[in-house]
Amino acid sequence: MHIVVCIKQVPDSAQIRVHPVTNTIMRQGVPTIINPYDLFSLEAALAIRDEHGGTVTVLSMGPPMAADSLRRALSIGADRAVLLTDRFFAGSDTLATSYALATAITKIASDQPVDMVFCGKQTIDGDTAQVGPGIARRLGFHQLTYVESVETIDRARRTVIVRRRAEGGVQVLRSELPCMVTMLEGSAVVRRGSMADALRAARADVTTWSAKDAGIEDISQCGLRGSPTVVRKVFAPQPRKEKAVLIEASAHDPVHMAEATIDTLFAALPGLNAELHAAAAR
Amino acid sequence: MSNEAPRSAAKKQLPEHFKAYTGVWVYIELERGQVHSVSWELLGEGRKLADQLKVPLAAVVLGPPDGSARAAVADSFCYGADRAYLMESALLADYRNEPYTRAMTDLVNTHKPEVLLLGATTLGRDLAGSVATTLKTGLTADCTELAIDAERSLAATRPTFGGSLLCTIMTLNVRPQMATIRPRVMAMPQRVDAPVGEVVEVPFDMAEDTIITKVIDFIADSSRDKVQLAYADIVVAGGLGLGNADNLRHVRELARVLGGEWGCSRPLVQKGWAPADRQIGQTGKTIRPKLYIAAGISGAIQHRVGVEGADLILAINTDKAAPILDFAHYALIADAAVALPALTTAFARRLGPAVRLAG
Repeated sequence: MHIVVCIKQVPDSAQIRVHPVTNTIMRQGVPTIINPYDLFSLEAALAIRDEHGGTVTVLSMGPPMAADSLRRALSIGADRAVLLTDRFFAGSDTLATSYALATAITKIASDQPVDMVFCGKQTIDGDTAQVGPGIARRLGFHQLTYVESVETIDRARRTVIVRRRAEGGVQVLRSELPCMVTMLEGSAVVRRGSMADALRAARADVTTWSAKDAGIEDISQCGLRGSPTVVRKVFAPQPRKEKAVLIEASAHDPVHMAEATIDTLFAALPGLNAELHAAAAR
Repeated sequence: MSNEAPRSAAKKQLPEHFKAYTGVWVYIELERGQVHSVSWELLGEGRKLADQLKVPLAAVVLGPPDGSARAAVADSFCYGADRAYLMESALLADYRNEPYTRAMTDLVNTHKPEVLLLGATTLGRDLAGSVATTLKTGLTADCTELAIDAERSLAATRPTFGGSLLCTIMTLNVRPQMATIRPRVMAMPQRVDAPVGEVVEVPFDMAEDTIITKVIDFIADSSRDKVQLAYADIVVAGGLGLGNADNLRHVRELARVLGGEWGCSRPLVQKGWAPADRQIGQTGKTIRPKLYIAAGISGAIQHRVGVEGADLILAINTDKAAPILDFAHYALIADAAVALPALTTAFARRLGPAVRLAG
């Protein structure tokens, strides 16, 4: 089995601050992490490799510093890492990103055929969930998103059975390799990686590819030129004209506080009192 | 990378062959005989866009030939569609990416809409990504606001950078302009009975043996486990201001006494204090209750966009400067861990013997 796991280096969202005047993201000093959703996909890929044998290649597109995230993935247990980095990729939207990554996967597959591609369900900075399906479509791989568990892989028949989260239930799907899978959060406990892997990762070379190295011939499909979407503006939401009305109550008297709050709510929502009584009677 | 790449020289120069694309389409999400209510919400929003563009609003219904798709078409007219494109086939009985992508891209290529809206459900997101890639067009996920600009382009606004800012995204030079919108973000339109629209029936010509992926089972969620958070009239939620995971019981208890649902902010899910299906906000559930009580939640934008549809928001927070006071209607400046049990007791007393407090 050869499995490619696509990961993205993202700013730790808990630490993002917005400049109060310019409305720009203050990136300085914000630590970066592997997109948390990607880790569930990496874990699933490693588990399949451990059971069936083979290789896990981690792939990322981003600035040179994204090599740190790839090294981290190696320390968790991935076998090989490829970083796609080139100024031509700057400003890529999800369509252009899926073009670059799919082309790189085709290049990786020319050395060793790829059986599965794993992507995160979505990223925590873009939250689009579009790059995985984009890669699947471009490669002609079967698309299996929101997967809770990969149940069985039959390497002889090239079939795979997964449980996929759908609206109102779980679909059990039988599909074939090669396929693209995105794993649901919480689908597994992500391993910590062994000491041997940590040592290996520290010494490992991250293969770095330019667009040309990755076999990309049509630069017009990359970066800003290859992106059909444009960002017209980025802005902070308008605060409401009036701030919340403070409920007057003694902070030291919880009973009074509660009564004052309920009086306020009943006055503000005239039907609430009757509705609560009706609901309580049921 | 993401949708949010800044660019300067973005001018509208729509290629000639895209100029024939006209009309607003809403994909009607039909699964196992049921239409997801997000589809009706999108017809309500699509109606406004279509009226502004002075073009027809069409519903797209894909489904099995068992009557359910035809019923969905009839309902689409009640929620404002002028026209419906209908593809009926046994191959479309269960959602599968391959036949649905093929059906949708064929319809778009033949009938050429300028705008295509889908619900940001697991189905809608799975389908939208494939369709947009096949059509090589722009797709904006999880929009919170849609508008038509002076040049008749769709301006799709969504939170970005983990929900700390909003951005407006355009697809200027490719058609259709695609967007997904999460359930409950748009208001449910008024249902009007018995209008009749035009039905365009389109044959679906795939063969089952060419479709590799098979649905071998469907395990329905038992209704008892299913969290009705998105549709609850009263929601009580807790944030980091609760101090510890154990204090979440105060949130659950007040929600129970009020006959509502409970939820939480994103950090609580990340800390493992609460399961993901209780998360409220941009990456969790969007709610539109009559009353929303946010206890110990500071009110980051990604939370705000998930609750702004509430009729009345009460914030309980120790910090008068917390961002939640910018969009809550009322605020109680207090420790949530103290105020919540006091409210539970007071509500229970007022509502009488029908409500019992848990031991």
